[in-house]
Amino acid sequence: MTPTILVSIWVPRLLRGLLLVVLLAFLLSPESFESLLKPLVQPNAPAIYNQGSLLTITLLHLRTVFLATVAATVIAVLLAILVTRPFGAEFLPLSRSLVNIGQTFPPVAVLALSVPAVGFGEKPTLIALFLYGLLPIFENTLTALTNLPRPVMEAAKGSGMTSIQRLLKVELPLSLPVIVGGIRLSVVIGLATATIGSTVAAKTLGEVIIAGLQSNNLAFVLQGGLIVGALAVLIYDALGAVEAMLARRAGLA
Amino acid sequence: MSIRIDKLGVVIGLIALYGMFAASFAVLKPNRILQGQAKSMLESLPGASGWGLLLLLLFIILIALIRVPAWSRLVGAVAALAALVFAIGFAAGALTPPGNSYARVSPAAGFWVLVFAFALLAADAITRLQPPPWMRLLFLGVFALLVWGIFASDLWAGLSIMKEYAGRSEVFWSEAGKHVTLAIGSLLSACLVGLPLGIFCHRVPSIRATVLNTLNLIQTIPSIALFGILIGPLAWIATNIPGAAAMGIRGIGTAPAFVALFLYSLLPIVANTVVGLAGVPREANDAARGIGMTDRQRLIQVELPLAMPVILTGIRIVLVQNIGLATIAALIGGGGFGVFVFQGIGQTAMDLVLLGAVPTVALAFASAVILDALIQMSSAVPQRATSA
Repeated sequence: MTPTILVSIWVPRLLRGLLLVVLLAFLLSPESFESLLKPLVQPNAPAIYNQGSLLTITLLHLRTVFLATVAATVIAVLLAILVTRPFGAEFLPLSRSLVNIGQTFPPVAVLALSVPAVGFGEKPTLIALFLYGLLPIFENTLTALTNLPRPVMEAAKGSGMTSIQRLLKVELPLSLPVIVGGIRLSVVIGLATATIGSTVAAKTLGEVIIAGLQSNNLAFVLQGGLIVGALAVLIYDALGAVEAMLARRAGLA
Repeated sequence: MSIRIDKLGVVIGLIALYGMFAASFAVLKPNRILQGQAKSMLESLPGASGWGLLLLLLFIILIALIRVPAWSRLVGAVAALAALVFAIGFAAGALTPPGNSYARVSPAAGFWVLVFAFALLAADAITRLQPPPWMRLLFLGVFALLVWGIFASDLWAGLSIMKEYAGRSEVFWSEAGKHVTLAIGSLLSACLVGLPLGIFCHRVPSIRATVLNTLNLIQTIPSIALFGILIGPLAWIATNIPGAAAMGIRGIGTAPAFVALFLYSLLPIVANTVVGLAGVPREANDAARGIGMTDRQRLIQVELPLAMPVILTGIRIVLVQNIGLATIAALIGGGGFGVFVFQGIGQTAMDLVLLGAVPTVALAFASAVILDALIQMSSAVPQRATSA
């Protein structure tokens, strides 16, 4: 291996490891970073978020995104399977245009409009994240299921597999890397969108940012934003590694 | 002749039946924030009008159920939607007690479910018809005219959302102007910077990864945080750089929102420019070189036109995204439709939320339709050129 390849592989890995260590250190012991953030605030203002534990809020943030993504994955994959079977083929063109139309709904609008139906708190955020998460996963699953290599499909048919066996043993395993790619995209969108949920009283990191905006405290805004950003980068990379591993296993790469 | 059942029609029919019989059509509230009394379709529409709407909708559901040409499905869907629009305005007038200026009438769940069901029918019919781009733009134009007609007439004057509008019509249009300026202004400045940057990244592959990774990192910062983070530097610029404050640069307000939207817009534009230029066939470039074009001529006459559909796709993503994100600018005093959304959330006045949310959705939807049509037109041009 040439030195440049070594550098291009190991430097990003080291940086990510460093990011993870800094993030964990900050969440477990935010006080030790106080002197770093102190210059950003007025002399008497707190530099570290003081209306709740940052670790708890981060975990709640992750839980909200996780729940919404799991629900979105189940529904989106089932829908994509349905519209690619002969029975559901009639729904295929419409489902494509619905995916397109759905993406034009702004997150704030979805959040605000679901409040009258489900009340304030975590629920409207879950609904908005669920709807936003659906689209990339559905789109990717659809692309994967409709672009499977023809020879493989014919071989599966020729070997006498039933349509359910073909789906479970051939189509889904081959589509898995692309489906994970969709999940990856929807998690990253969800992590950022969840912060907006705090405008309707959901417990997410948006709370820290909004508290900072209201009290003119740049340190709060910065720590809330950077935690979400770091989470997004780390999770995006981790799921990228999962995607690459699945692609290798499926023999696609 | 045998009648064949349309599967999608069954789904739409079930949704519509739920909206007609299981959910309430309108809600009458004693004032703008109190809980209201739900009214069914027959309770909301006096006399024969309720039965008339019921029968009309049942007839259109029947059209949706059997397989008829897509055109007649579209006409049915539009008729149903128009009837609903009339009915809700009529119901508002009929339900409001005479002389009571505090009472508010809003559309209830059933109305929205019915609108959803028939909009689904219309979307399906349009998808099946596969209209050419100019016809889709025509549909959009007709739709916009109809909406304008509703505003201009007093059809919805009794509805709560229009009462919220009537109280702040001037503010509404100034916020609308700010919203559009924020979304489109940041898009234009992102194009001015992003297109050359994308071309540069295409020509100099060694900087491509660095530029795209940096822009990717910006995307991971949540919008409300980026708005907030920019307040500091912009306040510093406003106080320390002469003339900056006079140009409207402030710590809070429109400036940080504009810069944040600009930064978010860069990635899709730069990335799509790079992808679009990379997709230009080698033969086209070779031919252009062969006939003695300079690099600049090749870029403007060959590469950019061929990459245009992909670049426009990036612009579509940015515009739709910016129209949505501009609502959040209201949190830092940047104005826009978000002002009504957040005021409404604060006062738990849902009709005020609607006054901000409905135009935002309509604006995003309209720009998606327009840009989709442009993308299709721009990808048709090179084909015609080669076949001619």
